[in-house]
Amino acid sequence: MLLTFTMLTCTQKKAGSGIIIAGSTSVQPFIEQVADNYMREHPGIAIIVQGGGSTAGIQATFNRICNIGTSSRHLIGDEKRLKQILIAMDGVAVIVHPSNPVDNLTVEQIRGIFTGKIRNWKDVGGKDEIIIPVTREEGSGTRGSFEELIMEGEEISDRCLVQDSNGSVREIIATTPNGIGYISAGLVDEREKAIAIDGIKPTPENLISHHYKFCRPFLLLLLEEPKGEVKKFIDYVLSPKGQKILAGNGLIPAVPFNNER
Amino acid sequence: MKDKIAEKFLMVVAFSAILTLALISFFIFQQGLPLIFKAGLHNIFSTHWAPTRGHFGILSMIVGSIMVTAGALIIGVSFGLACTIFLSEFSSGTIQKTLKPIIELLAGIPSVVYGFMGIVILVPFVRTHFGGPGFSVLTASIILGIMILPTIVSISYDSLRAVPKTYREGSFALGATKWQTVVMLLIPAARSGIIAGIILGMGRAIGETMAVIMIAGNALKIPHSILDSVRTLTSTIALELGYATGDHRAALFACGSFLFIIIVILNIIAIRFKGKE
Repeated sequence: MLLTFTMLTCTQKKAGSGIIIAGSTSVQPFIEQVADNYMREHPGIAIIVQGGGSTAGIQATFNRICNIGTSSRHLIGDEKRLKQILIAMDGVAVIVHPSNPVDNLTVEQIRGIFTGKIRNWKDVGGKDEIIIPVTREEGSGTRGSFEELIMEGEEISDRCLVQDSNGSVREIIATTPNGIGYISAGLVDEREKAIAIDGIKPTPENLISHHYKFCRPFLLLLLEEPKGEVKKFIDYVLSPKGQKILAGNGLIPAVPFNNER
Repeated sequence: MKDKIAEKFLMVVAFSAILTLALISFFIFQQGLPLIFKAGLHNIFSTHWAPTRGHFGILSMIVGSIMVTAGALIIGVSFGLACTIFLSEFSSGTIQKTLKPIIELLAGIPSVVYGFMGIVILVPFVRTHFGGPGFSVLTASIILGIMILPTIVSISYDSLRAVPKTYREGSFALGATKWQTVVMLLIPAARSGIIAGIILGMGRAIGETMAVIMIAGNALKIPHSILDSVRTLTSTIALELGYATGDHRAALFACGSFLFIIIVILNIIAIRFKGKE
């Protein structure tokens, strides 16, 4: 792990006034947007946002390879020694192809599909077609949240296709009429359809009002109390401006803010 | 004096390449072997892969790698040999001069482009015409078969060309047709080169990662038909290394160790056949 990271960071040596953020690929696109805005307002500061995954981000924070780590799952065990800052909550949306007549599934049905007990769409009110479930790879933060929120301890079947990013799961679902997968609710676009779980759709309203229960935290991680440029950036993320950017992209802001501003 | 310096310099550079190889093999085994011993062979050779919960079964990936490689060989060898024989024996100089560079150009296309073409064209085609999810052994085999074509064609072409002209003339003089000459004389004579080309292509197929991740679907189950999704050793490493820590990471290096052994064996066989020529 260390070696991978040294190689990763060698190419991007720490700049004089630069902040390196690394971790969850789910948090990455959102924090990139905030960072872009921040850099526009504060020229002279370079913020580099890297992916790698939640677990990798946690390790990188411990090893001081990045200034700020990101995670899209709760910390466990020893990892809790890190300082955590909740910047937003994100819904985990279950998505299908837009042509799929199924609009609503219960948690039990989704669990049945991913454990391999339900294999045909007609068993859950759809067409007589084989279900093609798509999951994320072992160790992914999104998969971790999905297992925690939906699977409740049952193992995801080995007949599921496996993809290694939100984007590639979305790509498969958008092109596969009988597919079903799960991605960050903020990333769902018009090429696929987010279904309702137990009757509740992951719309921004339902997410903010906490009607949609399948949410996970987006965390910034630090080894010690933030100071200097790092503190300024974190304050910006938690400021109404920063939170508004996150909310505008479909996340649930962590800090209540005035919509008028 | 200058000669001596140049000689020493070149020697150092040459040895650094060997050193890299030594370091890679040392590193892979040093990271992977402890887990293999710790988990035990019955755990490693099971089909249950849940490395974060202590199950390190890589059997389905080994089977996956072998199935995809075998499929690629069926396609790559049949098309590759046909192409080679046509180029070398049945075509004129101008056709040879245009076709061969074009086939060799295939080797220069990045694998991610092959994967992308696979997703956009081949996956939907297989899904609508054959059934299943489209991400399958068949799709991966076709794409890999095309990817190993240039290796097979260029090496077997060279060995067919290396068969002395007098052999052909002798055969014609005995009244054999062109086809009879090819099948009964040229292919047996160039056999070792052709087999070396096939084995090198096999090495490329088994090691290919990016294109396979994109089109094979990566399901962990051992496929029951060529329309089922499949996971190979290389895709597991590439898919999971970013997140892996502890034993999970060691398990990926164990995958790497098995892959390394398979590829070394293939290369030794290839070198043996080449040496016979």
